[in-house]
Amino acid sequence: MADLKVTLCGIELDNPVIPASGTFGFGYEFAQWYDINCLGTFSFKGTTKESRFGNPTPRIAECPAGMINAVGLQNPGVEKVISEELPKLKQVFGKKVMANVSGFSVADYAETCEKLDKEEQVGWLEVNISCPNVHGGGMSFGTDPKAAAEVTRAVKRVTTKPVIMKLSPNVTDITAIAKACEDAGADAVSLINTLQGMRIDLRTRKPVIRNVMGGVSGPAVFPVALRMVYQTARAVKIPVVGMGGVTTAEDVLEMMMAGAVAVEVGAANLADPLACKRIIGDLPAAMERYGIGSLRELSGR
Amino acid sequence: MSEALITITENVRIAENVYRMALESPELEAQKPGQFVNFRLEGLFLRRPISVYDSAAGQLTVIYKTVGKGTRQMAGMQPGAVLNVLTGLGNGYDLSRAGDKPLLLGGGVGVPPLYLLAKQLIAQGRQVTAVLGFNTRAEVFGEAEFKALGCEVTVTTADGSYGTKGFVTDALPEEYSYFYTCGPEPMLKAVYAKTKTSGQFSFEERMGCGFGACMGCSCKTVTGYKRICREGPVLEKEEILWQI
Repeated sequence: MADLKVTLCGIELDNPVIPASGTFGFGYEFAQWYDINCLGTFSFKGTTKESRFGNPTPRIAECPAGMINAVGLQNPGVEKVISEELPKLKQVFGKKVMANVSGFSVADYAETCEKLDKEEQVGWLEVNISCPNVHGGGMSFGTDPKAAAEVTRAVKRVTTKPVIMKLSPNVTDITAIAKACEDAGADAVSLINTLQGMRIDLRTRKPVIRNVMGGVSGPAVFPVALRMVYQTARAVKIPVVGMGGVTTAEDVLEMMMAGAVAVEVGAANLADPLACKRIIGDLPAAMERYGIGSLRELSGR
Repeated sequence: MSEALITITENVRIAENVYRMALESPELEAQKPGQFVNFRLEGLFLRRPISVYDSAAGQLTVIYKTVGKGTRQMAGMQPGAVLNVLTGLGNGYDLSRAGDKPLLLGGGVGVPPLYLLAKQLIAQGRQVTAVLGFNTRAEVFGEAEFKALGCEVTVTTADGSYGTKGFVTDALPEEYSYFYTCGPEPMLKAVYAKTKTSGQFSFEERMGCGFGACMGCSCKTVTGYKRICREGPVLEKEEILWQI
């Protein structure tokens, strides 16, 4: 029997497959497609202190083997996430969930995390310092080691739950940011968020995305993501959660061989609502094909 | 909402750059008027959302315009080909507010979602008027089909090459109980300004998933933020906030 179990920051997961934030809402939308309790866990929609509408539309564009989004962290704000979204989630998901948090100041991050820290169903705090689609926050914290460390320290002070810093690929050296987070007390890092990109509409000669630029995701970014996971896993001792273009069970295995202890799946959920269920179902056969008895052994951690 | 593998039974050109595709599958449920389906296409990452023209249990017909890679690929497909389709998406039109004499206003490829609506309104015994607007004669379709259902039909063309010259809003009847509309945004704005009753508008937006997960197609309304793919594509006149 193939052993799919892995451990992420002390919490055991039935399998390493984790739908990524922003592609899975607050879970219950997907419960209409399949029983989401088959997942390792999932990272819920990026939550901020105040509610946000996000960017004007169009927010979405197609690109070769992927897509671009510039949603801009639309969410109902942490208070409503706790009072409305999490109770709905609890009805369809019995496992610990990963809370994804974004902010526009260090104090924002800390305040939002402090509130989510009190929620029993939250197993991990995934702190997004890499959103490319908002100004004056998000990615600006994830492109400077000092700022990344500052956010990490502020969040660590207000929670006892494991803190996973979600990193941006839009940097010269992602390992420098990862190391800064590790030194500041992060329990893990997750990577990569989307790569900045754009498209132009040939008919209008204007950018397809109203915000001009957005974040590229999907299979197109997989090799880049894999490379960054590989580099980061060799630069830090804390666990690395790999993501970026993962679409198949084989991609999950590759990510783990590169050093990821668990793997997030993003854009694939949007093209195929059953993507994660299929990947989990395909894992045992894929493991057998490559002589893998236990996923835990793969990442070498 | 469900996923289905459905087989093309017909795919024909019916006007300039406009095609009708009929599909069937025993697992397909009847779609509601105003709902849409989302086609997975070879070599394209995102699905392509297309509104429902006609549907019954096991059957689906769509009418689409070739505007980009996805729809051009669809136009080249042959009967017998099998497609992965997400069905039952969106809220659809609410028929309960129609009244005795509902008016349907369609512009270009905004015409198709009104066909199944007209069919069901007539089945309920209502007297339906349809005004179908196009740019020019070569793009006109649907007139005979709406007439065959029992609708009173007016066709308008912007250049006057067929039917009444002008836009759908230049051919509004004197009397109607309620309206349903779908078309390009400038037309919807004109309909909003020139209609005298309440009504329902079907909107279009670039979508990521089409089933409410990605927040790619959100809009602001009087009653809060809505996802065009989930709480839409049909919005009531009273809740619309036009974006600049």
